[in-house]
Amino acid sequence: MAEGIKDKVAIIGMGCTRFGERWDAGSEDLMVEAFKETIEDAGIDRKEIQAAWFGSCFDSVNVGLSAAPLSLALKLPFLPVTRVENFCATGSEALRGAAYAVASGAYDICLALGCEKLKDTGYGGLPDMATMMGVKNRLIMPGLTAPGGFAMMATRYFAKYGIDPQEGKKILAKISIKSHKNGAKNPKAHLRREVTEEQVLKAPMIAWPLGLFDCCGVSDGAAAAIVCRADLAKNFRPDPVYIKALQIAISSGEELMYTDWDGTYVKTAVHAAARAYKEAGINNPREEISMMEVHDCFSITELVTYEDLQISPRGKAGNDVRDGFYDLDGKIPCQPDGGLKCFGHPIGASGLRMMYEMYKQLQGKAGERQIKYPRIGLTHNMGGFPAMNLISVCIAGLK
Amino acid sequence: MVGITSYGAYIPRYRIDRGIVYKAMGWLNPGTFMPGEKAVANFDEDSITMAVAAGINCLQGMDRGKIDALYFATTTSPYKERQSAEIIATAFNLRADIRTADFTGSIKSGTTSLLSALDALKAGSAKNAMVCTADCRIGKPGSAQEEIFGDGAAALTVGEGNVIASFVDSCSVSYDFVDHWRADGQTFDRQWEDRFIRDVGYAKFIMEAISGLAKKCKLDVKDIAKVAYPCLYEGDHKSIGKKLGLNPEQIQDHMVSNVGYTGTASPLMMLVAALEDAKPGDNIVVASFGNGSDALLFKVTDEIEKVKGKRRGIKKHLAMRRELKNYEKFISFRNVLPVDKGIRGEIMGATAISELWRSRRQILALCGSRCKACGTPQFPSQKICVNPDCKTMDQMEDYPFSDKRGTLFTYTADLLAFSLNPPAIYGFVDFKGGGRYWFDITDADQEAVKVDMPVEMSFRKKYVDEEKGVHGYFWKAIPVLE
Repeated sequence: MAEGIKDKVAIIGMGCTRFGERWDAGSEDLMVEAFKETIEDAGIDRKEIQAAWFGSCFDSVNVGLSAAPLSLALKLPFLPVTRVENFCATGSEALRGAAYAVASGAYDICLALGCEKLKDTGYGGLPDMATMMGVKNRLIMPGLTAPGGFAMMATRYFAKYGIDPQEGKKILAKISIKSHKNGAKNPKAHLRREVTEEQVLKAPMIAWPLGLFDCCGVSDGAAAAIVCRADLAKNFRPDPVYIKALQIAISSGEELMYTDWDGTYVKTAVHAAARAYKEAGINNPREEISMMEVHDCFSITELVTYEDLQISPRGKAGNDVRDGFYDLDGKIPCQPDGGLKCFGHPIGASGLRMMYEMYKQLQGKAGERQIKYPRIGLTHNMGGFPAMNLISVCIAGLK
Repeated sequence: MVGITSYGAYIPRYRIDRGIVYKAMGWLNPGTFMPGEKAVANFDEDSITMAVAAGINCLQGMDRGKIDALYFATTTSPYKERQSAEIIATAFNLRADIRTADFTGSIKSGTTSLLSALDALKAGSAKNAMVCTADCRIGKPGSAQEEIFGDGAAALTVGEGNVIASFVDSCSVSYDFVDHWRADGQTFDRQWEDRFIRDVGYAKFIMEAISGLAKKCKLDVKDIAKVAYPCLYEGDHKSIGKKLGLNPEQIQDHMVSNVGYTGTASPLMMLVAALEDAKPGDNIVVASFGNGSDALLFKVTDEIEKVKGKRRGIKKHLAMRRELKNYEKFISFRNVLPVDKGIRGEIMGATAISELWRSRRQILALCGSRCKACGTPQFPSQKICVNPDCKTMDQMEDYPFSDKRGTLFTYTADLLAFSLNPPAIYGFVDFKGGGRYWFDITDADQEAVKVDMPVEMSFRKKYVDEEKGVHGYFWKAIPVLE
């Protein structure tokens, strides 16, 4: 393996808007809100930024194509800006671009910013999947929605491990209850109310067996990070956060068209995590990871992600859920900020929003949600469907 | 010897009790009441998809490469311009160097298309021809047609060898008799007074054609095993038989009471039903009605035994019945009641017709590829083998999936996705012999859908882009019938 980017790049400033139904704000407002917090946090003059990566997914309801919307909104003239889109990992992809550019030595200081305004679509959930997958898929793809795509993994997971669907729903409910509990402590979260098991189990069905509270919301938001050469980081702040690994893995179609995948996990996540652990030098994730923000678009996604990240043994994540292993006061708190469950999922922003929480936690600035002795934080994004997807795994920590 | 070599039929699984229709609309027109039930095509079915279903049934075990003409008869084609027969031929994955034609305009065009296929055989321009006929006619709410019309399809192959019923002769009469009509741009059938239709047309033309045929063939009615002719009016159907000198057991059941009047498809559906019960040596007469009548005489051969019981045909489809208990759902399926599809249901990108052309065999025939190096079947067709241990480049051969059965690897029932028959059920199909892809699942009740259940493939309407006038077709998975 190439030597990777471990500890070559540091995050010296981050910002994140309040997520939610931001009827008051357009994309420009959101970008500026996140950017303002970021440069204030970094304590840098905006003129020091040498290049930027802009993440945005649904251009039609958002900002339009190209990287120009970032330069226009933030008034960063004549900088090289790259627009990236990688479904739900778009925000992480923007961070990866900025971090790799710094690691390469091309720049000293770069900006990564992700933004999405989903509430301007006019309906709940994400836009029609088939139209996003190219002209041929439009003609042959089933009428899939995001919850349906993941519900199929729950169906198979329950079938494989002999879990009665009602019992399975109870395990999944615990995941949502935990995230809501954390989100209630977070002023930037969209949904800030705790939920009971009864509420989760009795909620309207969205895509069997997933009900309303098994699904994350649709919201607007933006988040940003400023990264710099690790050796310069302490010039900006005493507590920079170092990037240990940034990995992306993408399906080749074998899950969907070949029959050796058993449908109960996400193949790409296994590969992305293994590469990230290797890059970061992590041998035993269950012992070494302090906390995680994973892509909990649906409760079942979070459950299998525990297993894909090699934290819980295969088929046994439910036991860790029951034992409170992933609770805020557990061994590895997962979604300390409330996750997508409470933040909603403005696609371009989510990856950076996750890193924002890890960054604040590592600096001991997470307020009511602060966990004890954090050393290593992991973020995980997933775009597409369990059978055809892309995964990002980022690891950050203190030096 | 020219004649029928195989048969198939299709009846959609949904049946609605006419009492439900009458209860909803009888206040408007109390005289419309009819007993029995009728078959209702699902929201994703139309004449083309039903013709494909009947055709697949008919082609079972046959070499599709030998078909050199395909005729489709219907009065309810989704397109005014764009031939339906070609869509159907592509769905069957037939050769490209065949003759195709749509027969339309009259509900007697089913028998006319069959006669034309037989003529092509006799003339030597085709060795094996196929005839598909289907109708999905829409009656205006509150009309008698709304109660009597049913949806269904039939398919026959005709050829020279292995004939199960040889074609003896025919007799046709043609009149510009306007019992009913539907002008360009109109959705609903209109008709003239019942008594005029009955006394001047219905009873007369059928008698004329059948009697003419008997005379031509010097056939005594006593020597006919079954006579099949469509039923517009129950009482008159009986009296036609009586006037022809037929015993009730010689008259083929018209299926109006349990399927409905299936228009163009009606005579051939009855013919299929007659063949299902036929014995070698039987004479079968089938007649149509509509701007005249065609009557055809067939003589059943010993070969019938090789086909009998091996087709779903009429009997098995009749048995595969699910009640539709909702009038509003029935008229929503036919687009008679405009319903709120929500923004999600309204979003409709343009169909890339050039992509449809390039991938026509994948989309319309469900033809994927198989890697010549490792033998892995895959859908859609790939350039590089999807088997992670193979990945051989550009060594693919065609591989059809439409006739393969599979098991349901996993599924969901989605209430967020737009469907005219929610919840939208979809899942993964693992095909027997290899290959996996995700498909919509139709004709399935959520409670009955289970992981690992056996499924088969069915050609269906995938979407209708009303604004641009495009009907998109693809294959969906259905629970294995039988």
